[in-house]
Formats: sequence, structure tokens, C-alpha cells
Amino acid sequence: MFQGYLPMILDGLRVTLSIAFVSLCIATVFGMLGASAKLSSSPVLRHTAGAYTTVIRALPDLLLMLIVFYGGQILLNRFTQAQGLGYIDIDAFAAGTVTLGFVFGAYLTETFRGAMLAIPRGQMEAGHAMGLSRLQVMRDIVIPQMVRHAIPGFTNNWLVLLKATALISIIGLDDMVHRASLASAATREPFTFYALIGLIYLAVTTVSIVTLGALNRRMSRGIRAEAAR
Amino acid sequence: MPVLLEATDIRKRFGAHDVLRGIDLKAEKGDVISMIGASGSGKSTFLRCLNFLEHPTEGQIAFAGKPLACKRDRNGDQIVAEETELRAFRSRVTMVFQQFNLWSHMTARENVMLGPIRVHGRSRSEAGERADHYLTRVGVAHRRDAYPGFLSGGEQQRVAIARALAMEPELMLFDEPTSALDPELVGEVLRVMRNLAEEGRTMIVVTHEMNFARDVSNRVIFLDKGVIAEEGDPREVLRQPRTERLQGFLAAQAA
Repeated sequence: MFQGYLPMILDGLRVTLSIAFVSLCIATVFGMLGASAKLSSSPVLRHTAGAYTTVIRALPDLLLMLIVFYGGQILLNRFTQAQGLGYIDIDAFAAGTVTLGFVFGAYLTETFRGAMLAIPRGQMEAGHAMGLSRLQVMRDIVIPQMVRHAIPGFTNNWLVLLKATALISIIGLDDMVHRASLASAATREPFTFYALIGLIYLAVTTVSIVTLGALNRRMSRGIRAEAAR
Repeated sequence: MPVLLEATDIRKRFGAHDVLRGIDLKAEKGDVISMIGASGSGKSTFLRCLNFLEHPTEGQIAFAGKPLACKRDRNGDQIVAEETELRAFRSRVTMVFQQFNLWSHMTARENVMLGPIRVHGRSRSEAGERADHYLTRVGVAHRRDAYPGFLSGGEQQRVAIARALAMEPELMLFDEPTSALDPELVGEVLRVMRNLAEEGRTMIVVTHEMNFARDVSNRVIFLDKGVIAEEGDPREVLRQPRTERLQGFLAAQAA
């Protein structure tokens, strides 16, 4: 079965998962920065974050990826040449994950902003009133309570992000979709291989949904069932 | 007695609305001051200006004889210039809120432990022992591993008082601590506050409990439309109100 291509496909899964996971980490950082900026009292930060989420959400992911990958390459090399440095080739993995992270950071910005707004003001005030620093209030009070509110939106974004990694094969990354297309071309059995990776995607998303659901229950320990809906 | 906290000419404007129109207050060590007044009179806003949860538009606050150096925030209101000075001040002046504001993701014990660990740098075991001590003091030690959502209002407020006490503050601010409680739970919280007063703690209490104001505090301040309309010994002020405003307010409270 699969004419010996299975190990190659599974290696592609490893690539897909590492792209997705690294992108998710980058997106989480952009999302937290974006959400904090949107809720900040500084108009400059608010407008910058507003422009970020508006532009990113308005454009197709594929287009953004092409712009950042090719555009970024050109900009970087103009800069390095002006500095008298040699030509630098952007690593496809780095370019792909940064682009995905930047794009999904905009979606997570909205998710995280909503989660922060769902926390009653008094929770933060109680921390400030006894002399905790902003950073301590963020780490000890806001983030742990945010998780509960953010998980549904976060799960959604993770699933879309995981599937969006398939786009990355067009900038030359050797992910699972790319491996499947090679295998189906060689064997002339496209259905077999595309169905196979379809099942693999289904398995990964199912595990994700179950895991994040369990995390949600753990973070809701202090919440009574009727209050948590 | 030395003056612990002195607030001078505190004013607060929200847009075109003057909520506080110049309030002075001096709290000496051991004072229990009750602030009374109709809703909208500005008493909670004033209390929240004292620890800068609300930024006063004008005025000065001095703690233990040292004025807090202020600068203007984006809206032109006053905020303590140095973040470290503000935090040090707040750790010595803790607050108990109307809505308790216990952190919902932590157990009662963890709620009481956080401040001493983060602000005073205590170890977990030390903070835990201290938390047990104060939870026992307010009579909720048996509920220490429960999350706030599973506690009654009275229990939550007593945990919140333990959380404030664990900071070993020099001054405690109470913002209508019994107003969100069912009537049958008010007594247990007032008993705890009465004990605190008897052991000589300095407290400023915004309250609607006239019995507490009369029996426990040594000074009462009646706020009306953002100014102090009457103040003094509660037994005199509450028994023989001089202003029509206070007479009307007390009559409405008794009804």
C-alpha cells in the first residue's frame, strides 16, 4: 500500500506541523501585542494596531505570502547591497512562518482583545490596588483568565492556520501537500495520496480540538457550571 | 496621634460633570472614618482617588507626612509621577471592594498569598502560613481551597479582607463592603470589620450601614454633591444633624 511513499508523506507531516507550530507561536506574540495596543490609552498604538488588523484581514493569505516572500527578499537585498554585504537568500521556512505568523497575528489580535475585554475591570484593579506592577497584573491575573475566554477563537484560528500551511508549498517548502503531489505524480494515483493526507489533517485537527477542549476545562476550574454557560 | 494620610482639596471632573469639588481629609493613626452620603454624592470616587484607582483632577495626597509627587496624565488628571512610589504607597494602603474582586482563577488561599509573594517577595510557604493565619482571623479557613465562585458573598468578602490584611497595611480602604451582600450575610462581614477597628487599625469606610458608622467609627463624614456637608463625632453628627441635607438623608436611611 502507498508503494513505499508513506515514510516520505509522514516526513512531510513533520514539516507541516513544525511550520504550523512555529507560525502559531509567532502569531500569538503578534496577537498579544496587537490586542494590548488596541486596548492601550495611546492613540498612536491603537491606530497602528487598527491598520494592521484591517489590512491583513482584507487581503487573501496567498497574496500576502507572495508579497512578503518576494517583496521581503527584494527589500532585504537592497538593504544588504547598500550596506556592502552580499546577496542573502531568505530561508523559505523562516519566510513562511513569519508570514503566516504575521497574518494570523491579526486574527488572534481580535480574539485576544475580546478575551481581555471579557475580564471584569475589578480583577485588574484588585491587583493594582495592592501594589502589583502592570507586568505582574498581566502575568498573574489577565493572562490566566484570558485563556478561558480566548480558547474557542484560538482553536478556530489554529485549525485555519494548520490548513493554511498548505499554501506554503508554493514558495518552495516541502510540506505534506507537496509530498503528496510528488507521490501522486509518480504513481498516477492522486486520489490515494490526497485522501491519505486528508485523513492525516483530520487526525491532527481532531487531536487539537480534544486537547484545547481539555485545556479549556482546566482553566475553567474556578467557574461554576451555570456561570460558565 | 501622627497623621497617616492627608488629602488636600481633592477635585474630580468627568467631562463637564464636577463629581468632587474640593475635599480635605486627614486620617490619624487608629482613626476609623465612615463616609456616608446618597449615591452619586462622590464618596466612592473620593475613596478611589485616595489610592489613585481614579485620577483626581486636582489636589494633593500625602502619606506618613510625605506628599506624593504627581504629574498629569493624558486627560490632564493627576497621577503619581513615579510608578515605584505609587506601588510602594498602594502596598501600604490596601482596598476592599464592593464587588469583592477576588481573582476567579485562584483559590481563596492563593488569593491571599499573591500580594505577599509578588510585592513583599515572601516564599510560597511563608505566604501560605500567613494566608492561613488571616483566613482563620476572618473565619473562613475551612474554605481556603475553594474557588471564589463557590463561596457565598459573605465568605468572598471575608476572604477579600484577609487578602488586604495579608499585606499588613497601615491603612485600609473599604468601598461599600456590604452593599453587594444579601441582608443575612451583612452581619458576618461587619463583625470582622468591627474586630479590626477594635485592634486599632486605621480604616476609611464608605458605607450605608448607619449602625456601623455610629458604633464603630470615631469620625463620620457626610458627603453631598461633591463636598463635605457635615463631619465630626458620629454620636453628635448622626444624632443631631445640623444641615437639612443630612436630616433628609438620615430620615431616608431609617425608612
